Amino acid sequence: MTGPALLEVRGLGKRFGGFVALDGIDLTINAGDRVGLIGPNGSGKSTLVNCLCGTLRNETGTVSFDGRPVNGLIAHHRTRLGLARSFQLPKPFRTLTLNDNIRVPLVYTVNARHGQHLSEAQMAVRCRELLDDVGLADKATRLPGDLTQVEMRKLELARAVATQPRLLFADEAMAGLSPSEVEEILAVLFRLNEQGITIVLIEHIMRAVMNFSTRLVVLVAGHKVADGDPQETIRNPEVERAYLGE
Amino acid sequence: MRNSVFWLLAALSGVAFLAVTRALIANEYYYFAAYVVLQYIVLSTGWNILGGYTGYTNFGTGAFFALGAYASVVLHKTVSVPLPVMMLVGGIISGVIGLGTGYLTLRLRGVFFAIATLAMAIVMQTLIVNWDFVGGSRGVYIIRPASAPIAGSYIQYLYTLMLVLAVISVGIARTIERSRLGLGFAAIRDDEQAAEAGGVPTLRLKLISTTLSGALMGMAGAPLPYYVTYLDPDSSFSLAYAVNAVAMPVVGGMTSWIGPVVGSILLGTIQQLATVTISSALNLLIVGLLLIGFVIIAPNGIVGLVLSWRRRARAR
Repeated sequence: MTGPALLEVRGLGKRFGGFVALDGIDLTINAGDRVGLIGPNGSGKSTLVNCLCGTLRNETGTVSFDGRPVNGLIAHHRTRLGLARSFQLPKPFRTLTLNDNIRVPLVYTVNARHGQHLSEAQMAVRCRELLDDVGLADKATRLPGDLTQVEMRKLELARAVATQPRLLFADEAMAGLSPSEVEEILAVLFRLNEQGITIVLIEHIMRAVMNFSTRLVVLVAGHKVADGDPQETIRNPEVERAYLGE
Repeated sequence: MRNSVFWLLAALSGVAFLAVTRALIANEYYYFAAYVVLQYIVLSTGWNILGGYTGYTNFGTGAFFALGAYASVVLHKTVSVPLPVMMLVGGIISGVIGLGTGYLTLRLRGVFFAIATLAMAIVMQTLIVNWDFVGGSRGVYIIRPASAPIAGSYIQYLYTLMLVLAVISVGIARTIERSRLGLGFAAIRDDEQAAEAGGVPTLRLKLISTTLSGALMGMAGAPLPYYVTYLDPDSSFSLAYAVNAVAMPVVGGMTSWIGPVVGSILLGTIQQLATVTISSALNLLIVGLLLIGFVIIAPNGIVGLVLSWRRRARAR
């Protein structure tokens, strides 16, 4: 599927002191894509997500979202534009019930957009829907501390989806989960994509990535080494070298 | 309970409490003692907006409080305005200082933020010590007006004002707690990055929090010169205010408006009793011991204990 570029990254670079974490990253993501982003540990995947979502500032390069430059825009502004993310290590609001965890993005993102305003009653309905979508509706009044790992990941996704994103970065949403739990999360992601959300999946579980992605992007040591059809990409010699050694 | 209902009930209980105390108590000492307890309700409620709701520990309570007091000294010496106006001015000044402190320090987290607030308090105290107009380090005498603007003695007037301020502070805290602002504060307290990712403008909310918190502390300090009649930097910037403002919400419970109220009444009363029965030096020792005890045994304070008992009773 091809459409207008939703996210356009040009020459993005980020260093931590003397360490170059990302160097000259170019990346185009089209609306509706299911992109897999892979790379060995420390290759800069999470740093890239952090730069794109505004958690970190990139020193060089430009990022534009939906034709609009977002360089220098702080994270919550990007969220409001429609750029959402889940965190690699789930970061639930641990003193708030699951319901309130979902209310935060509804109040601060959805209701902060122009021309939208959910009443308390509408928000309650929406919370229920969002939790129901990931199978957590019966735990709406519980605290995140009561959840299992896989439930925590689902809450993390539900909270990101609550912002009504156009582009979602799922940062290792499946790390440490059992195969059946991986399937559960994949099913959620497929459903979200069908609803029109463009998804970038950052993942180590190759089976999941290959299943999910229509396109694969590979980062190695801060450089993009491959970008294209998943089957062709993993046969790329440079990718093989990075993963298997010479 | 709806907010308007809560405000109404709070106002009514304030008036009822005032009427009962004014009708039944003649001994002036009790008004002196109650004033201090009420002052701590305002201080700890103000502290809790930043410390409990937003998760930033402020050790500079004494500075916000003393600046409110010194604002009154300046007003007393320049223009003569009624005390409630002084309280407003003190609140505005400490609120602005809160905003500035927030802006300069909120990139700091945890213990570093706490250290920065402590440093801010020392800087402020140094400024006051070197400002001769307000008495510098030797302090300043304030002569109370001969009569109070309302019926009764002047101390009864101060007590009444502090009671009103306490009711307003608690009302504000409770309103925030149930509002969208409170939800944003809680998100910041739990995880700032996740809050940003959820669209919460964390910096703006933190500034609102430091401003409100500072303003309440400044308002609590504004009547102090008339209460003590002699104001000096050492006692007005005293670390005791900072320690108490931390200890009272911790002992009472930090996640709810009632926590600081319970903590202030409990610790404030114990301190007043200890002052007249045992020794005035023992005050902070008692606070310290209780603080250690609660942090170890009941980190969620008395309110947390009650809630977990109730939850267990329901589960049974």
